[in-house]
Amino acid sequence: MLRLIAQKLALGVMTLFAASVLIFAGTEVLPGDLASAILQNNATPETLAETRKELGLDRPAVVRYVEWLGNVAHGDFGHSLANKRDVVEELAPRVRNTLFLALYAAIIAVPLAVGLGLAAAIRQGSIFDRIVNVVTLMTISVPEYFLAYLLVKFTAIDNGWFPPLANVTDESSLVERLYLTFLPMLTLVLVIVAHMMRMTRASVLAIMASPYIEMAILKGVRKWRIVVKHAFPNALAPIISVIALNLAYLIVGVVVVEAVFVYPGLGQLMVDAVSKHDVPVVQACGLIFAAAFILLNMSADILAIMSNPRLRHPR
Amino acid sequence: MSARSSDGDILVVDDLRIDVVGDRGKGPCLVDNVSFALKRGEVLGLIGESGAGKSTIGLAALGYTRLGCSITGGQIVFKGKDIRRMSAEERRMLRGSGVAYIAQSAAASFNPAHTIMEQVCEVPVRHGIMSSEKARAEAVQLFRELDLPNPETFGSRYPHQVSGGQLQRAMAAMAMAARPDILVFDEPTTALDVTTQVEVLASFRKLIREHGTAALYITHDLAVVAQIADRIMVLRRGKMIELGNAGQILLSPREEYTRRLVAERVSGHSFLPEQQGEPPLLTVDRVSASYAQLVKVIDNVSLTLSRGDTLAVVGESGSGKSTLARVIIGLLPRESGDIKFRSESLTPRLADRNKDKLRRIQMIYQMPDVALNPRQTLYDVIGRPVRFYFNRTDAQVRARVHELLRQIDLPESFASRHPGELSGGQKQRVSIARALAAEPDLIICDEVTSALDQLVGEEILRLLKRLQDELRVAYLFITHDLGTVRRIANKVAVMRKGQLVAGGDTATVFAPPYHPYTELLLSSVPEMRRDWLDEVLAKRKAAPAGAALRPA
Repeated sequence: MLRLIAQKLALGVMTLFAASVLIFAGTEVLPGDLASAILQNNATPETLAETRKELGLDRPAVVRYVEWLGNVAHGDFGHSLANKRDVVEELAPRVRNTLFLALYAAIIAVPLAVGLGLAAAIRQGSIFDRIVNVVTLMTISVPEYFLAYLLVKFTAIDNGWFPPLANVTDESSLVERLYLTFLPMLTLVLVIVAHMMRMTRASVLAIMASPYIEMAILKGVRKWRIVVKHAFPNALAPIISVIALNLAYLIVGVVVVEAVFVYPGLGQLMVDAVSKHDVPVVQACGLIFAAAFILLNMSADILAIMSNPRLRHPR
Repeated sequence: MSARSSDGDILVVDDLRIDVVGDRGKGPCLVDNVSFALKRGEVLGLIGESGAGKSTIGLAALGYTRLGCSITGGQIVFKGKDIRRMSAEERRMLRGSGVAYIAQSAAASFNPAHTIMEQVCEVPVRHGIMSSEKARAEAVQLFRELDLPNPETFGSRYPHQVSGGQLQRAMAAMAMAARPDILVFDEPTTALDVTTQVEVLASFRKLIREHGTAALYITHDLAVVAQIADRIMVLRRGKMIELGNAGQILLSPREEYTRRLVAERVSGHSFLPEQQGEPPLLTVDRVSASYAQLVKVIDNVSLTLSRGDTLAVVGESGSGKSTLARVIIGLLPRESGDIKFRSESLTPRLADRNKDKLRRIQMIYQMPDVALNPRQTLYDVIGRPVRFYFNRTDAQVRARVHELLRQIDLPESFASRHPGELSGGQKQRVSIARALAAEPDLIICDEVTSALDQLVGEEILRLLKRLQDELRVAYLFITHDLGTVRRIANKVAVMRKGQLVAGGDTATVFAPPYHPYTELLLSSVPEMRRDWLDEVLAKRKAAPAGAALRPA
């Protein structure tokens, strides 16, 4: 099993490496380079060439890539072009905000989804099962910004239960943050619960057709115990991988929700940076997103391996 | 309640009827008008082919029917109470503690995610019969009674960590854990090797005798049920054919169907004549092969066979018999040694062989369901090799397919059917026709009758024999069923752990003096005599012939 896990780790590192190449290449082929972005309207062929030389942009791309990667490995992402600040300083609060919201949504959504999935499996075909299925299907079918605006209309504007904008600052306390980010969290929860819940239900029900489940029935084991104790542990692998995909979405794919609630997260920062040709920030954001995605999926693979008793307890 | 019931009866089934009930009303009837009474401590054998309704009746004793089936009539009275009228909760409590079930495949019936001990203790603890500590102590005691190795620590293992025979016994411990009044054994030794079957059967018998538990013992093998049952009920297509004391059923069956079942087990002890003066068709010369260059699975095996020969390759699961077929076919390239076919060396890899060589060796598989493409008609299935090897016109292909269908005793009109519309035996016939379509010299038959019912398998064997007489084709016949070997094979190769332990003419190999392993295998094939199991066990105790060869 350790060998399998080591393989997954190595594969993860290699994927991250490949992602860094793609990100660098991507920013490289974007029209206009760093020099033209800095000079903007003052760009003449002469000043461009000079600035390029200053920035070292006249050197081959491979050399610059290696240099960039080396710096990144030391935690140096360069300086933002928009405000000349250190990219790490610029990003740190945004990363914290994004992770905070992701964690907030995950802590609520994952247990809720798995619980609902198990409950639906236990009562397969019942009214409860159908309602849960239809409702979650609806929340996943509606575009997330629409869902967000609906929530804002009903809970913030009409009733004033929650603030419509999640404008947290560095000074906000934890309780304040939880309150301010409640609506974006709820939007995200509604978006991701359906997928995880349906996968939990489907994998558990697939296992319910196994001979050892029939054996459990013939042993007189209660229905809930059959689902939770006999089916669920064997259904973990696909559930874990879907959870990982959804957690990755919480970090990487929430830019629309951030925009609706004006939440200062990483996604918004990246969109701003792209429109401003702020290449170092774009690269840093890209790398962080890639790393989060790879890390989560790698963890899912490793957990799935560990959930297999044949690998955990070899003969 | 039935008039036949008396005080000693623990289970009375009266006029039981079980139907398939689909969305569109009633489907076929699975069990019809079946009645019997089971006394305390009595073992009733239920015997019949697949589709006879044995398992359905066994499960009904637990108040359970498989998806889509429903008990539609009659009574199932356990300790004076009709199971059909019980509440769902009463039925749940009955299962495991009143009536317990032992399934065919322990490997599939144990939950892979939990230890054996957790699963054995689940019923007594969850049903509130014993404390956790008491249940564990009892489980260890049961492991000991069932001759499981290291009973103290056996339970801490996961199902995949123990052998098939051990797991089957662990399942008996699981069923016995809450001291039920009745055990339902559903083909519990069918998936085991013969040598393992003897030991497991003996353990089961000891267990039910010592605990005085009543049992329904379901099997298709009369010889197995002969060793363990007091009474036997013969079933066919959901109806009771005959019910009587074991001795009466085995020695003087009243019904024609029972007579045929008994005869199938007893018949055929004459050996086939030797082939004379034929040049060898296939020569396997000191061949070795391994998986991933690591695990040696075929170790220095040599054998020959000629046109018209049937060479049976026998051995237990894992002995390398099917792997040997893969090596000859070229799916697993050999590492050393040589394989000659018609005096020419065959390349180790299948991909390097020319069309003619491919054509001359064909294969028939164990599971016709898996080996036939369900979306192709029989015309496509059988016509494909005709087209591929012989380049015929459509009309010629059609004529040839019809001819082949006639040869396997299927009507020509079947050509337009799909495999799904055929019975298991008919599908296996189609597999045979597909192999014959290539006009091969050698057909490798890999456990071709194992997935079929006895009488159907018997017909397949007869068909193969007739085709051999007509076409002079040679068979390499892989089987674990030693009973069939004597009837169909003039040569035999006994394999164990990838090595050939004995080989030659069947008459020589299967007659004294035996190789110890051959003797162990032969002595493990159940016989119809009711004292057979006692004899075997006594003999093994006295003279541990090949004791080292026996599985744990």
